[in-house]
Amino acid sequence: MTRLKADSRHAVRFTLNGTSVEAEAEPRMLLSDFLRHQLGATGTHVGCEHGVCGACTIVVDGMLTRSCLTLAAQVDDCELRTVEGLAPSADRLGVLQQAFRRNHALQCGFCTAGILMSLDHYLARNPNPSEAEIRDLLSGHICRCTGYTPIIKAALEAAAELASSNKETSDA
Amino acid sequence: MKPPAFDYLRAGNISEALEGLAQQGSDARVLAGGQSLMAMLNMRLAKPKLLIDIMRIKELRQIERKGDAVVIGAGVRQADLLAWPDLAEALPLVALALPWVGHMQTRSRGTICGSLAHADPSAEMPLALVALGGEVLLRNARRRRRVVAKDFFAGMMLTARADDELIEGISLPVAKVSRFAFREVARRHGDFAIVACAAMRTPAGVRLAVGGVADVPTARDWPRLEGSALDDALNAFAWELGARDDVHASARYRRDLVRMIGRDLIGEVLQ
Repeated sequence: MTRLKADSRHAVRFTLNGTSVEAEAEPRMLLSDFLRHQLGATGTHVGCEHGVCGACTIVVDGMLTRSCLTLAAQVDDCELRTVEGLAPSADRLGVLQQAFRRNHALQCGFCTAGILMSLDHYLARNPNPSEAEIRDLLSGHICRCTGYTPIIKAALEAAAELASSNKETSDA
Repeated sequence: MKPPAFDYLRAGNISEALEGLAQQGSDARVLAGGQSLMAMLNMRLAKPKLLIDIMRIKELRQIERKGDAVVIGAGVRQADLLAWPDLAEALPLVALALPWVGHMQTRSRGTICGSLAHADPSAEMPLALVALGGEVLLRNARRRRRVVAKDFFAGMMLTARADDELIEGISLPVAKVSRFAFREVARRHGDFAIVACAAMRTPAGVRLAVGGVADVPTARDWPRLEGSALDDALNAFAWELGARDDVHASARYRRDLVRMIGRDLIGEVLQ
């Protein structure tokens, strides 16, 4: 049994995009704030703070997770993926990110990190999605700029590109 | 929009969770998937002194078939149940209703029992529990008890759970030959229902359960009814639910939905 006292800070350790990290948090600290303020990982954005807007969506142990509805203390020993882990290197965008750029699937960018995490997670498990499935997935996010249509187009384009790059090209 | 201060207890087993509840009583809250409770904390609608995290308790993470029932543990996430291979065959009504609970991004964390504990009158899982006549399995440090669905929901966001009790799981009857139907009207898919209805064929006729109208999901049984007799029965039921006007819909619209959806679903299951 672990009981953490309300008025003191406690060590929280987990893996963030493949790297072990550790910092201190009070029990009441939200994971979204822990990522941004304690670890400086400001790619994850904070919108409504009650789980509705989807801006803070990340992946914890393979599960899509609203980081504003999660305490830092809850993810001790877990594996986390955030938007900072999407690009293959600092100077290159991933396939999904490139598709967003080509299609103007972001304007102000506030909602984008969360949407990218949802789509990245979904496309890895559902390589051939229909438009209806993408629309259903996006119902968990709010974007006030794009009207969603460019986001759907980017998602379908990225899915097609990922599917063709994963096709077998050798009998070896 | 930040939670108030509380102690955090990560329970390693059920007795540790029960001990926390026994010590702290009404000042303790059980944290499972957090999809309702964390929002309540962020908005400071709840101010517990202790949060008891039960998600590391392995024995609560099981979906088990026990004879004519399926027992779903308190740690089973909505996405876990959706991915359970027997779902469509054993619990067809739950298979129809579960995709309407929140969004993929919240079903991945939220639990079935957490939704029942929260007891929002518009939520789908309380409606399914009442429609199926399931039971809630409660336990404190001294004893266990089972509460049938219609006695569990005591009012809007109120349940029969005592302050020192943990919802260990729920028990739902395995579907026999009955037919089921579910439909919901909301502003957007994933929003709370303005009206949600579940219908099933029963040995004596038909049952209709309605959520989003009264303070608790409510079920009604009828013999096989048709034509104007069915219309009259649905109209009487719609009025008895005591619909109220709110920002989402008028009482009159809600009664209309109960009559229309009710008639459609009953037609579907009696076909």
